[in-house]
Amino acid sequence: MTTLTLSAATPSAEAVAPQIASGPASAALWLILLPAASAAVLLLLGRRADRWGHWPGWIAPAASCVMGVIIAVQLLTADTAERVQHVDLGSWIDAGALNLRFGLLVDPLSVTFVLLITFVGTLIHIYSVAYMAEDVNRRRFFAYLNLFVAAMLTLVLADSYLLLFFGWEGVGLASYLLIGFWNHEVDRGHKISGAQALENSVASKKAFVANRIGDLGMIVAMGLLFAQLGTLHFVSVPGQAQGMGDLGVFDQVAGGGLTTAMATGIGLMLLLAACGKSAQFPLQSWLGDAMAGPTPVSALIHAATMVTAGVYLIVRSQPLFDLAPNARLAVAIVGAITLLYGAIVGCAKDDIKKALAASTMSQIGYMMLAAGLGPVGYAFAIVHLVGHGFFKAGMFLGAGSVMHAMGDETDMRKFGHLATKMRVTWATFAFGWLAIIGFPFLTGFFTKDPIIEAAFVRQEGQTWQPWVFGLVAMLGAGLTAFYMSRLFFMTFEGKSRWEPEAHPHESPRLMTWPLIALAVGSAGFGFVFVFKPSWSWWPGWWPNLADWLTPTVGPVAHHEPVVHWLVITVVTLALVAVGVWQAWIRFGAPSTVVPRTAPVGSPLTVAARNDLYQDHVNNGLLVIPGTYATRALVFTDGAVVDGAVQGVARGAVAVGDQARRPQTGFVRQYAATMALGVVVLIVIVLAVQI
Amino acid sequence: MSAMVSSAAATLTAGLTSTGEASTGEAILFWVLAPIMVVASLGLLFARKAVHAAMSVITVMITLAFLYVAQDAPFLGVVQVVVYTGAIMMLFLFVLMLVGVDASDSLVETIKGQRWIALLGGLGLLVVLGGVVVTATFPPARGLDATTYPAAGLDSTGQPSNPQGLAAIVFGSYAFALEVVGALLVTAALGALVLTHRERLIPKRDQKTRVKDRVRALASGGTLTPLAAPGVYARHNAMDVPALGPDGQPVEASVNRVLKVRGQEADADLYAARIDRVLAGGWADEDLPAAAPVDAIEAAETDCDPDPTSEEADR
Amino acid sequence: MSLMNYLLLSAVLFSVGATTVLVRRNAIIAFMGIEMMLNATNLALVTFARINGNLHGQVLAFFVMVVAAAEVVVGLAIIVAIYRTRRSASVDDVNLLKDVRDPA
Repeated sequence: MTTLTLSAATPSAEAVAPQIASGPASAALWLILLPAASAAVLLLLGRRADRWGHWPGWIAPAASCVMGVIIAVQLLTADTAERVQHVDLGSWIDAGALNLRFGLLVDPLSVTFVLLITFVGTLIHIYSVAYMAEDVNRRRFFAYLNLFVAAMLTLVLADSYLLLFFGWEGVGLASYLLIGFWNHEVDRGHKISGAQALENSVASKKAFVANRIGDLGMIVAMGLLFAQLGTLHFVSVPGQAQGMGDLGVFDQVAGGGLTTAMATGIGLMLLLAACGKSAQFPLQSWLGDAMAGPTPVSALIHAATMVTAGVYLIVRSQPLFDLAPNARLAVAIVGAITLLYGAIVGCAKDDIKKALAASTMSQIGYMMLAAGLGPVGYAFAIVHLVGHGFFKAGMFLGAGSVMHAMGDETDMRKFGHLATKMRVTWATFAFGWLAIIGFPFLTGFFTKDPIIEAAFVRQEGQTWQPWVFGLVAMLGAGLTAFYMSRLFFMTFEGKSRWEPEAHPHESPRLMTWPLIALAVGSAGFGFVFVFKPSWSWWPGWWPNLADWLTPTVGPVAHHEPVVHWLVITVVTLALVAVGVWQAWIRFGAPSTVVPRTAPVGSPLTVAARNDLYQDHVNNGLLVIPGTYATRALVFTDGAVVDGAVQGVARGAVAVGDQARRPQTGFVRQYAATMALGVVVLIVIVLAVQI
Repeated sequence: MSAMVSSAAATLTAGLTSTGEASTGEAILFWVLAPIMVVASLGLLFARKAVHAAMSVITVMITLAFLYVAQDAPFLGVVQVVVYTGAIMMLFLFVLMLVGVDASDSLVETIKGQRWIALLGGLGLLVVLGGVVVTATFPPARGLDATTYPAAGLDSTGQPSNPQGLAAIVFGSYAFALEVVGALLVTAALGALVLTHRERLIPKRDQKTRVKDRVRALASGGTLTPLAAPGVYARHNAMDVPALGPDGQPVEASVNRVLKVRGQEADADLYAARIDRVLAGGWADEDLPAAAPVDAIEAAETDCDPDPTSEEADR
Repeated sequence: MSLMNYLLLSAVLFSVGATTVLVRRNAIIAFMGIEMMLNATNLALVTFARINGNLHGQVLAFFVMVVAAAEVVVGLAIIVAIYRTRRSASVDDVNLLKDVRDPA
């Protein structure tokens, strides 16, 4: 890892102040507007757009992608000091103390995300044209996908927490719509039974609700920030008055505007938000069920982009976390737990998509761990995020291709021996597999190993942390190798365990080309953009992702790990080899028999199949007490609140019952009462006078 | 009239003694009238017939007018007779006639305990009011004479003139109250009109429609002309005897329907037969059987058409 | 003779009038009882005028008469209207104020 160490040691400028955008960057709004306009057109025209709806559907993100590349080139060719640009789009909210500008922040971090979202997104859109070809609602599907792309771009380009939250909710909405896309009985294209539709809509609701819990954290964090600092802009808006209230959050934080305790609180709230969106422990349970959505959705939203928004949020809020080491530690712990959690669950799942979802969870755990490590890890979190976007999207699309071939079957125990029938899918999937397990010189090797290495770094004041985080990350690498190999072998190798009516075939070109593109990315991205060799012929101007991110996340701090880097690399590779070997023995070797129905398995296996009982824990801790609390509230409402009201009413009725007794309807009786009253009154008056 | 009233006042009323006591003549008047008034008022309380009660009230009011005059209030005395007795009580009598004059009030009490409560209330009122009067201490009565009258209340000779005095005050200090009372009277008149107004539910039957109806009824046996009058015989010019038509036959419709219903109609056939006999040179009464009226009554009863709805309408 | 006697007579007439209102069921007779109560107060007012030596009492009695006239007009109109609809002038028959849920 000498090379990495070198790149990390490259000196770089401190946090770069934004400047008013010029050139292509000033048109950054169009990145968002294009897919948003496409979504609006597709939704508003309705069935009239059914025939041609997929054309704007994939062209819009492709156009955004081209624009993103142009902006990236513009920033690359500019000086480092000019790489953070701000597009001011006017006043958004101007309500007394709350004065927010509507603006976009075009900096290396957001442009990285723009490229990832639009490039991978475009490939997935193209794939979907074929994948959803038979579906009667393909036009609507594309509308939602475009909506997602627009919202996700808003999220990453936002210059304030509030606009980020706007996009944050937008992707949540799109996710909800797409998970439950098959929420009604359909018999054309994808056959969806009523029970299946119900299950899908329940899954979408689960994702929605779990995300709301995270959103609560986001809202509280924003409220705290606003109460403390009076603004929600990340950085000072260039060209605006620079009074104390106009300074951005990070500028104020750098100026000592927040106490450590407050920063810790805000950081923990942001972590809660990230946990909800990125399916981190303890809010991870929705991701597995989210696989109910169409496979391209799983690839784009629940693997490559949306679920990484939490990591983006943490990395974007880096100045806050730098101030709050405890919050950062919490991030790292959550990441480490989720890393192992996802890996263990992934080892036991037989559903190919759910296994991949568990893998996603685990890989995002790596990213969170890296983000929680602080300056030694921020850049690696984003680097791994981008690399993961390639290989995981590729594998999801590969899984979709397999399902397409096998008649929407997802149980890996009914696959096997598909390598011979689906050469392209097999080959591209192999690249993704090798990339994720960290096979030397493929992307994962360059993106994940630095995280493991960084986890072993002892930072100031730390004692046990480097050993725990480092060993967990290392063990996770071995587990990753095992479950990904298991998945790969069960699907493509061994003996065929197909259903009798299955006739596997290679997918159409429209699906295989995106697979090939993503496979190339999985294989080469790390070498090309992350690895920075010291060879003399390597062009010095060629961009390196970690360096490129410096203006936003700061330079990669370098510290020596507690164990020599060579040891770490060797041991990690050894663990990976063991994992692959074990998987090969158990699931891959030609002599192995994989039972078509899952064997009973050990208690750990059973637990892992059940997502380590997280749903049960949630039910027991939250849902059931919540249900009872609600019932108690309803009872209290009925007995006490309504009871009081009805008691008053009954009292009034009882008084009225007594009061109506004298009401005989006889005028003479009323008159007699009056006369007697007069007599009594006069007597009283006389008595008082005398 | 004011001159007459004032002169009457001057002659009728006696001034008060220096201690504020009424004169002996006034005392005699009072002790004669007061029992009459109390008895008449008890008549209101106990009379079974409403008209008797009204007459009692009229008695009270007229005697009250005497007392007003005796108390130096001749104008009010006159108003009492003219307005109260003459107008208001007459209005009461009109309404009594309208509502049904023979509807005598049952004195049996239907509300349990009401009579005792009423007695208690009445006696209680009597006791407390009397108590107030008895226990109150009044200054010696000043009486009304030229010294206590307003200046505008004196006539040209310097004598107090009751109507002038009242007018001076009513049109002076109470002018606004008078206006308001005028508005009240107009409102009351309008209110009475509205309250007794009856909405016309069917169009009014004017002469034109009556004519048309009768012409239309001609086809079903009606007549254009008024019905023939009954009883046109030399010996029996009576309501119960039908007229004879130009053809010598009795006209049934000429006898009042009520008589037919009551069975008091004479049998037209008998008379027709008698006419025939007379014309033939016989005696008219010769064959009148003793039992004939009974038969005639029976015949008449079977003849008539006791339509219950029309009876109802008649009543 | 003291003028108190007029006031006592007035009290007697008032009490009898009030008792009439309470006892008699015929609305017209009850109404006459009210008229008699008004007349009794008029007698008291006239007597007060004489005691105090000014005409204001008489003026008040005059206004009472006017108001009584208006009252009679409206009251009798109401009686007639009720008689038309209910064929009765008994105040006991006008009992729509009674609570019909409990006939007792």
